[in-house]
Amino acid sequence: MLSSVAERVYWLGRYLERVENAARLINVYSTMLLDLPSGSHIGWSLLIDITGANEDYQRAHQSVDEKQVVKFLLAEGKNPASVINCVSMMRENARTTREIIPSEAWELINNLYLTLKEDFSRTISRRLRQQALETAIGDCQRIFGVLTGCMNHDTAFAFIQLGRKIERADMTSRIVDVGSISMLPAYSRTTKQKRFLEPHENIVWMNVLRCVSGYQAYRQRTQSQVKGEDVVKFLLQDQAFPRALGYCLDDIVQHLGKLPKNADVLRAVARAKKVTLAVNVGDLLERGLLEFIDELQISIADIHEEINNTWFRPVELRKKA
Amino acid sequence: MSIDWKAYSSPGFFDELISASGKPRPCSRSPTAYLASLSDEELQRRQEAIKHAIKTMGISFTVYSEAGNIDREWPFDLIPRIIPLSEWQTTSQGLEQRLRALNCFIHDVYNEGKILRNDPFLKSLIVDSGNYRPQCVGMKPKFQVWANVCGTDLVRDKDGRFYVLEDNLRVPSGVSYMLENRTVTKRVFPELFEHSEILPNSDYPSQLYDMLSSLSPRGRAKPEVVVLTPGIYNSAYFEHSFLAQQMGAELVQGSDLIVEDDRVYMKTIDGLAPVDVIYRRIDDLFLDPKAFNPDSMLGVAGLMGAWLKGNVALANAPGAGVADDKVIYTYVPKLIRYYLGEEPILPNVESYLCIDPVQLDHVLKNLDKLVVKPANESGGYGMLMGPKASKKEREEFAARIKANPRNYMAQPLVYLSTAPILTPDGVEPRHIDLRPFILQGRNTYVTAGGLTRVALVKGSYVVNSSQGGGSKDTWIVDERGTTTGSGGGI
Repeated sequence: MLSSVAERVYWLGRYLERVENAARLINVYSTMLLDLPSGSHIGWSLLIDITGANEDYQRAHQSVDEKQVVKFLLAEGKNPASVINCVSMMRENARTTREIIPSEAWELINNLYLTLKEDFSRTISRRLRQQALETAIGDCQRIFGVLTGCMNHDTAFAFIQLGRKIERADMTSRIVDVGSISMLPAYSRTTKQKRFLEPHENIVWMNVLRCVSGYQAYRQRTQSQVKGEDVVKFLLQDQAFPRALGYCLDDIVQHLGKLPKNADVLRAVARAKKVTLAVNVGDLLERGLLEFIDELQISIADIHEEINNTWFRPVELRKKA
Repeated sequence: MSIDWKAYSSPGFFDELISASGKPRPCSRSPTAYLASLSDEELQRRQEAIKHAIKTMGISFTVYSEAGNIDREWPFDLIPRIIPLSEWQTTSQGLEQRLRALNCFIHDVYNEGKILRNDPFLKSLIVDSGNYRPQCVGMKPKFQVWANVCGTDLVRDKDGRFYVLEDNLRVPSGVSYMLENRTVTKRVFPELFEHSEILPNSDYPSQLYDMLSSLSPRGRAKPEVVVLTPGIYNSAYFEHSFLAQQMGAELVQGSDLIVEDDRVYMKTIDGLAPVDVIYRRIDDLFLDPKAFNPDSMLGVAGLMGAWLKGNVALANAPGAGVADDKVIYTYVPKLIRYYLGEEPILPNVESYLCIDPVQLDHVLKNLDKLVVKPANESGGYGMLMGPKASKKEREEFAARIKANPRNYMAQPLVYLSTAPILTPDGVEPRHIDLRPFILQGRNTYVTAGGLTRVALVKGSYVVNSSQGGGSKDTWIVDERGTTTGSGGGI
């Protein structure tokens, strides 16, 4: 398989996952804000934090409100992380790998792009926005379904899966980060804050779970009430929930098995796994997650780097045996 | 208001579907009757469905001038163009014959040069041609075939006969649109296929693959065949990726390939993998910055060397374009007689070379009836549409021709045949041409039909997609198997 093609299908996988996650996140977040008191410190700006597009937003906007934030996250051409840009990049990667991916998948991707472009070109009501995003989530799942059902499960598919799972691991780590940042006051000794947030703590954690479609799964796995510590533990260390970091990393190892010269990448995954699984979540919440999340995200970025160096842009070109 | 064939006519031209008396030709009877049975609403719906299918399938072409909008949907008319099988059989024999002769000629030019010995004019023409590549002298590609893929443009004149307008021997494009047009028609109009025996055209990609693998210099059971594209910004990128996909071949850009010790490798996730056959969709001069244009970012340094050593096959071979020239074109009937000892099956459009004093005289006397074109690329100073030009324009052009007769050739105006298209005002005739594709490797192959291009503007003769042209599905119909009742479907 060509290195350049491998790189494109890998990014196809990443964008596919990114679009689905972003759509889910915006939907869940909008719903959650309806449940929170208007004075709550959890506002629309947090949503921009999660996507990591803070600087881009500040460059273009003076104030933060629902209309602006949502437009920025969905349709803003200047925001590289906007849903429409991610779909466009996914389409571009699909367009340049049409010789590899099933034509049915290409048609779905192309259609998703055309539909969203049309939908987002208008200012849309909350209800229609919700519908459009649900369609996007469903389409992403269909696209992956077609890829899974119609493509050879060979190297190209393994690269799509790698891209998907790395993106997913990254997203879950961001969500844990943000979920707990919003909770920090509850764990601090500022009793005033604590009292203020207590009735809503539950709601926030439930929605954190919903962002990764993990509410039901959490219930089934932990059989306990929704508690910050348990949720973080579940999202980081669960071995059965497909969006939990621990599971994603195991999955990555599986897909790497299909690829040649994988030793360096496997080592990077092992390092990330150690970071994820070795940590004591209870202690972590007491002292704050900041450092830990940084370490975690660096270890995920390292996996990407190793993939890059091994397959996409190897420093040294060796002839195939 | 649905389609009324009685109200349709194309006076002065040969119409492909409806004869002069307003009646459908035998092969068109059942599809035209079916179309006439549809209500206006239903036709509208199908038209919409076609637009939608083309959009979803991402069938597009690129317009260079429109910055920012690199993709445009493919304009397509839903009424098929229909050619009877018996006529097509002869036509395709003529196309094969032409390509075989042209390949003998190209091989001769770069090797023994037999045909040039007694023809100093032809010899000087060749050497001066912008498409002659001295680097290729002495090269013997497999099967002595240089142009492996040829797109020959056919036009039908008032007399109802096919004439060859030109042979595209460099990197002809359009075949993917031929295939996608059929897919779209099947998707939107499955009923049309019920009563006609329409030859399938979907085997082209596998024929192309077989031809390409027959060129492999090594005896590997499964040669590595790649499609070399200039990239996403090329107007034919859609086609490159389409063909690669259909053949299961790698689609590569210059940056994916590397030449070491005169061997071509592609950069894969396993390391460097040897390449056997390159179906290149890049012009000669951009193929190899070492051999040709040093500024080319599209090509692969050292590719020519690898090819000349016989380590990799290039289709079409560099230098094949030498026969893709307006003056050489006038020689093709002679080439067929010279190399094959056969009579040409397909006629050329009559052409006059101004370098010949007798022909020049005829051209100057008949400027009001002729189309004058530059004879070679380097000497091109525009063209003259005699019948449409003013007296003053003709006189000015005559002076230019006399000053430099060698640079000009002339042809009578061809009254391109028409076919009906669906417009908001009902069916109307539009001018069309036809580009079949011919393959030659170990064997030869001609597509069943080809790409029909339509000048969508009323009265226009310009069929190019970049200038308002569209296309139609092209059917080769076995008139014996076509029924008017039920059954006989495909």
